[in-house]
Formats: sequence, structure tokens, C-alpha cells
Amino acid sequence: MANLNDHMGRPIVAVTGIGVVTSLGVGKSDNWAALTSGKSGIHPITRFPIDQLNTRISGMVDFLPSSSKGASPLTYELAELAGLEAVTEAGLDSSDFGGPLFLASPPVELDWTERFSLYNSGKDKDDTAAERLLRVARSLKELDIFETTQFGSIADRLADRLGTRGLPITLSTACASGATAIQLGVEAIRRGECDRALSIGADGSATAEALIRFSLLSALSTHNDIPEKASKPFSRDRDGFVLAEGSGALVLESLEAALARGATILGVLGGCGEKADDFHRTRSKPDASPAIAAVRAALADAGLSEDEIDYVNAHGTSTPENDKMEHLALSTVFGERISSMPVSSNKSMIGHTLSAAGAVEAAFSLMTMRESVIPPTINYDNPDPAIVLDVVPNKKRNAEVRTVLSNSFGFGGQNTCLVMAREPV
Amino acid sequence: MSSPRDVVITGIGLVSSLGEGPDTHWQKLAQPGFQPVLEATRFAPYTVHPLPEIDWNLQIAKRGDQRQMETWQRLGTYAAGLALDDAGIKGNDELCATMDMVVAAGGGERDEAVDAAILAASESRNDRDVLLNEKLTTELRPTLFLAQLSNLLAGNISIVHKVTGSSRTFMGEEGAGVAAVETAAARIRSGQSTHILVGGAFQTEHSDMLLGYELAGYLHRGPWKPVWQRQGAEGGGVVTGSGGAFLVLEQREHATDRGRKIYAELGPVVSGRARRSRGELDAEIAALLSQAALPNGKLLAMSGASGAHAATTAEKAALDANPAIAARGFSTLTGHMKEAQFPFAVALAALAVDRKAAYPVFDATAETPFEGVPATVLATAIGYHQFEGMALVNAA
Repeated sequence: MANLNDHMGRPIVAVTGIGVVTSLGVGKSDNWAALTSGKSGIHPITRFPIDQLNTRISGMVDFLPSSSKGASPLTYELAELAGLEAVTEAGLDSSDFGGPLFLASPPVELDWTERFSLYNSGKDKDDTAAERLLRVARSLKELDIFETTQFGSIADRLADRLGTRGLPITLSTACASGATAIQLGVEAIRRGECDRALSIGADGSATAEALIRFSLLSALSTHNDIPEKASKPFSRDRDGFVLAEGSGALVLESLEAALARGATILGVLGGCGEKADDFHRTRSKPDASPAIAAVRAALADAGLSEDEIDYVNAHGTSTPENDKMEHLALSTVFGERISSMPVSSNKSMIGHTLSAAGAVEAAFSLMTMRESVIPPTINYDNPDPAIVLDVVPNKKRNAEVRTVLSNSFGFGGQNTCLVMAREPV
Repeated sequence: MSSPRDVVITGIGLVSSLGEGPDTHWQKLAQPGFQPVLEATRFAPYTVHPLPEIDWNLQIAKRGDQRQMETWQRLGTYAAGLALDDAGIKGNDELCATMDMVVAAGGGERDEAVDAAILAASESRNDRDVLLNEKLTTELRPTLFLAQLSNLLAGNISIVHKVTGSSRTFMGEEGAGVAAVETAAARIRSGQSTHILVGGAFQTEHSDMLLGYELAGYLHRGPWKPVWQRQGAEGGGVVTGSGGAFLVLEQREHATDRGRKIYAELGPVVSGRARRSRGELDAEIAALLSQAALPNGKLLAMSGASGAHAATTAEKAALDANPAIAARGFSTLTGHMKEAQFPFAVALAALAVDRKAAYPVFDATAETPFEGVPATVLATAIGYHQFEGMALVNAA
């Protein structure tokens, strides 16, 4: 009989369903095929005009019905697709999931398309712009526009669609959001509040304004000429991340409940660790101490030592600062061993999916263990001599991977790390 | 029976149109017939409860930090600082570095002038997407984005007050505040955390913050009325207010070991999601009241009712159905503070328990007096559009 509790006597949390959507496609199978063949989903922007923009490439998801309908509708569709894939794989009723929902999604705002259309349908020319919007707003007969501005509405619709239980939690920890959604699910199961939870990270917010905002902070790559080469984590000539969209979903379940219903165990969510950084709004503490603390907290939570991690799914954004800081954090925690330990960045192929990244990369981490194949870091043609890592350069690698550390770091001092294992210990 | 793992409230940070701090709020709210502070012209036809004058320097020492934020983040960072001070945690590096944090947040303020200029130009341009690129690339302040990001309220609290154990931001209007308090309490009860900063802020004095309600016609228009008396009046019933509420929640043993004053114990926190379009709200409120396991006898209730017609009617009916409940609709005096509404309700409940006295009626025509000492107080937040939550707050 399997041990059902972990090293701290808490219920072991298994993964029984995985879903994913990225610019590489819908579903695990297309994504995994592309990811392991080193294919990039980064492409020229066509969703809006690129006049005046320094960055003209992205990893947007341009092939869904909602792709041109604005951030809220697309984020919903991404979340729904990943959620359905995960719940279906888990063998559960996709309209009656029966556990809580934790959704990582981007902050919402009234879309410019709607803003323009409300404003220009106003007749009162003496009004200020703000008054005009408010006057038109209160005469609207439908709730569609309103709902795109409510921070809880995407989760509310998902809860209806998937039959989750209770008040759904929508959260943001910036680029660590997806990992936080998983952490919340793990904690709820460990506390015995539920037998299963659905954690989703989804982000369809790559609007012109979002792109410009990141551009103004000098965060984005401007290597526009060959889009698929722009995201190059750990390379000497890396110059920023590539804005992208996607979603990842995990069905988390107590091992006991999963075994009792004969579910296939796809992996184990062994540990979560977090630590906030008080250094700066967008930059990490130079000594990487918060990231180091988050990695160590995740290892301790999982009850594993540094020597027991086989592979690191890096945050690896391809910004000059992140990759340097992440290397410092990893080399501090893992010591000498880091130079021979595989550390790869999915973002080299899919870009930075922001609120979804932690969930998308957890999904890929679990598949890495199941398939015994490590996806590469592509575009690694010009290594940064200051970052000595085995980044699994350019080509996938066959390898037995029993455990993965997945890192997520974000603006606002957010650091969240997950430790996953192939088998229950 | 108290237990070492009880969740207790050891710090309260409040800001509203009434002023700042628990003492000011208690003094004003305990005054029979106290009149709200209203601003009826700046956003006419809407009335709002405006922020009081605040000296930001008192809680945000560095001007540089203040400049990186807009009012919403300043307000939240300020209220968080008040709570940390009140709990004797501010400036204690060890306690701050191990303190967890759950913030309920919406978004920050957009640049209204830039938006208005773009909208004005759109009247004579058909290539609006190109117009957007032209204006946004040249006129947006680069750091404004950070002042708008939901999780940067928590980020600023980490930077200014050095709270760095963990940092999570929940979104989703009143429900975010409910989930933040509920999750924080669950973490303490299960031993996952010893002390947590939890709360939120809402800055209503910005047209986009009003638009967030008015796209569904939720705002009350015309002459101001108390929260329970807006049915049938022009508009949707919600009068908003600027404010913030942060609580320091702590494991009882942790609080007593460091010799801190305990305001109150946080009892059950319950939450739900009625499918309101299917008419489930009445049943959901009844179910939450039953899950909260109300004590026998008279019960004071700090209701976060927003004034939104359907939700407020449903909540009023449910509270009135239990003759033991004496409800206080505090939005009458503070306005609706969205994400901060539930933490604010819990804070007011804790104050009543701590002061061993009930608040007088805030609206003599719709509320009934409460005689005696409230040993337990109910706090509610029934979302103006979605999500519901309640908590019981008990004497320490």
C-alpha cells in the first residue's frame, strides 16, 4: 500500500490531469511535439498595427475564435480549453468538477475597442470624456462589456462551465501567478478542505497597450527580424522577453482520493516555496536572496535535498537581469553541481506567458518526467560566459527525470517555486 | 474555549472618509446620528465618500516611494502601515520578514488625461489602432504601469514596510476580500502561518473606478440616501467610498507569547458563489448564515451591503428574517469600498467586540437598536454583482 502522506504527515498531492495551450497549439500533444522538436511559436504581430512599436513580434495565441475579441474573452477561452483538457484527462465530469477553482489571470481593464465605441456613441458634446463614458455606460442594456471589467468574472464563468465548488479565487502574483494558483490548490488539499482542486493559469492580455507598457519599461526583446530567434534565455545577446499568451491547467488531487477512484497518477506536486523581495518594483535584490529563499523553501516543503533535484525548468525569461539573477540563485543553492545539471527554459520557444507561465511550465515539467525527454533551450548560439549552465542547448535530450524544480519570478518582488516528482515517494 | 491555534486580530488599519485609525472610526461611528462625509459635485450625478486629508509621510517615509505609486497604492500601503503599527510589528525586521500577506486588489488608476486625449482624437480618426500606438508610445509615463498593476500594492507594502514572508494578491471585487481573509485564517488554523497581513484598499475618486460599476448601471444617482433606502431611487443603488482596511491576523499563541493586545478572535469565515441569474442568492445567503453557526441570542451584524438593489434587498430580507439580528449597514457612512469592504466589515466587528459596545443605528428607519455587550459580531459582504461571504468575530 502506497504511503498517502508526505514527510510532514500531510496528504500527498497528485496530479491527475494536465491541460495546456500556447502559441504552439492547443493541447498537450501538439505542444509537446513542437516543444521537443525545438520549434518556436514566436511570430510577427498581426493582431494590431505595429506602427511606432519597437517590438513587433510576440507569442500571441492567434488561432482561437476569441483571439481578436479582447483580453477578457481570450483569457477565458484559454482557461476553458486548458481546464477542459485537464479535467477530461483526469476522467472527471467536465461540467461537474466538484472541487475549488484557483485561477491565475491578468488584471482586467476596459478594452480600447469598447472605450472607443462607448465614447463615440455618446452624443453629449459638452461632457468631458469621462462623463461621456459614464453616461453611455449607464444606458447599456447588456452586461457583456461590464463583465470584461470585473476581476472575478472569468473565474465566475469558468466555475459555471466546469462545475467547480464554492467561491473561485482569482489571483495575481504577476509572472509567478500560475505557480501561485497551483500552490493554493496544494495547500487547500493539504489542509483537508477538499479532495481535489483545479488550478489554472491563463493569459490572453497581449494588447497593444500591454505591449507598449512593457516596452516603456525596456523589458521586451526588439530582435524583430527573425522572430523565432528573439527569445534566447542565458545567451550573451539576450535583450528582453517576448510577450506571449497561453494557459496551463492541473487537476490536483489527494493521492488517496486519486487512487481510490483508480485515476492515473501523472505526477506529484511535492513542494511549494515563496519569498517576497523588498528591493525594487521591477528588479531583484542583487544577491538573489529572495529567489534563493524561495527555492530552498520549495525543497524543504517537498522534503528533498538539493542533490535530489534532477532538472530545473527555469523561469529563464531572456531578460539580461532575470537570467543573471536566476543563475546566481541556482548556483548558490546547488553549488558546483549546477554546471552539470540540466536547466532549460520553455520560454525560448513559447515566450513569456506572464500570468500563465507558472502553470504552463508546471505542465511541461510534469510531461518532461513522464516522457523522459527534456525540452531544449533554443537559440543558444552565443552563450553568456558569465552564466555557466547546462541549458540543454538547442536539441531535446532523453533523460530519466524523477524530480523537477520550476521557478517563477515576477514584478513586485514575487518569487514562487514548485517541486514536482514523477512518483509518490 | 480558546485554543493556541485560534486566529486572533492584533492589528487594525483603517482609512475612510471618516478619518484614519480604529479610534477615530470608533469615536465617530459610536456617535448617534453621525452624518456621513459626502462629495456630491465632483462626480455628479454620483455622490462619493472622499478620502480624508492624509499625510502620506507618516506611513510612507520616502518621497521616492510615494512618487512610484498613485493614490490607490498609497492608500493601501498607508492602511497596511497603520495595521502593522497597531500590532507592534512595524519596524520589527524579524516579524516582518516572516510575515505572510494576502492583499485583495483591483487595479490602479489610469492616466485620465492621456485617455481623454486619445478619445478626443478618435472622433476624427478611423485608424484608431494606429492612433493608440502613436499616443501610448509617446505619452504614457513608463512607471505608471507599475502603479496600475494589481499585485504592486502588495509589492509596495513589501518595499515600504518590509513584509516579505510571502505575498499573494487576490482579485475579484468583494469576493477577493472574503477569500483573502478566509485563506489567511485557514493558513493560521492549519499551522501554515503564524501572522498574516490581510486587507485591501479602494480609491473611488477616479472616473474609471466609477465606470467599473456603471457599465452595469450599479451607481446611485440623485440625492444621497442611506444604504437600505435606495430601492426605487434613480440609478442602481451603490454609493462608493474611498478607503482601506488591513488586519493583522495572528495565531493566538504567537500573539500572547509576544504580549500583544488582542482585539478579537476571528471565528468561522464562510464564502460562496450563488448563481444569481438562476435565483440562487436568497438560498446562498441563508446557507452562509447557517454555516457561520450564529450564537443564540441577540447578534450585531456589520453588513457590507453595497446598496445594489438586488443584492441589498436579498441581504436585508435574510437579516430581517432573523429577529435576533441587529444589522448596521456601514456603507451608509463610508460608502462601498469594493475589495476592502469585507476586511472593513471584519475590522468594525472586531472594534465593537473589543469596546464591549454596539454601534448605534446608522439609519433609524431601517435599523434596530442593540442593547448590551456584543460578545460576537457577524460581518458580511454580499457582492454587488457576484460572490458572497461572512465571518463571525468573537470576544478575545
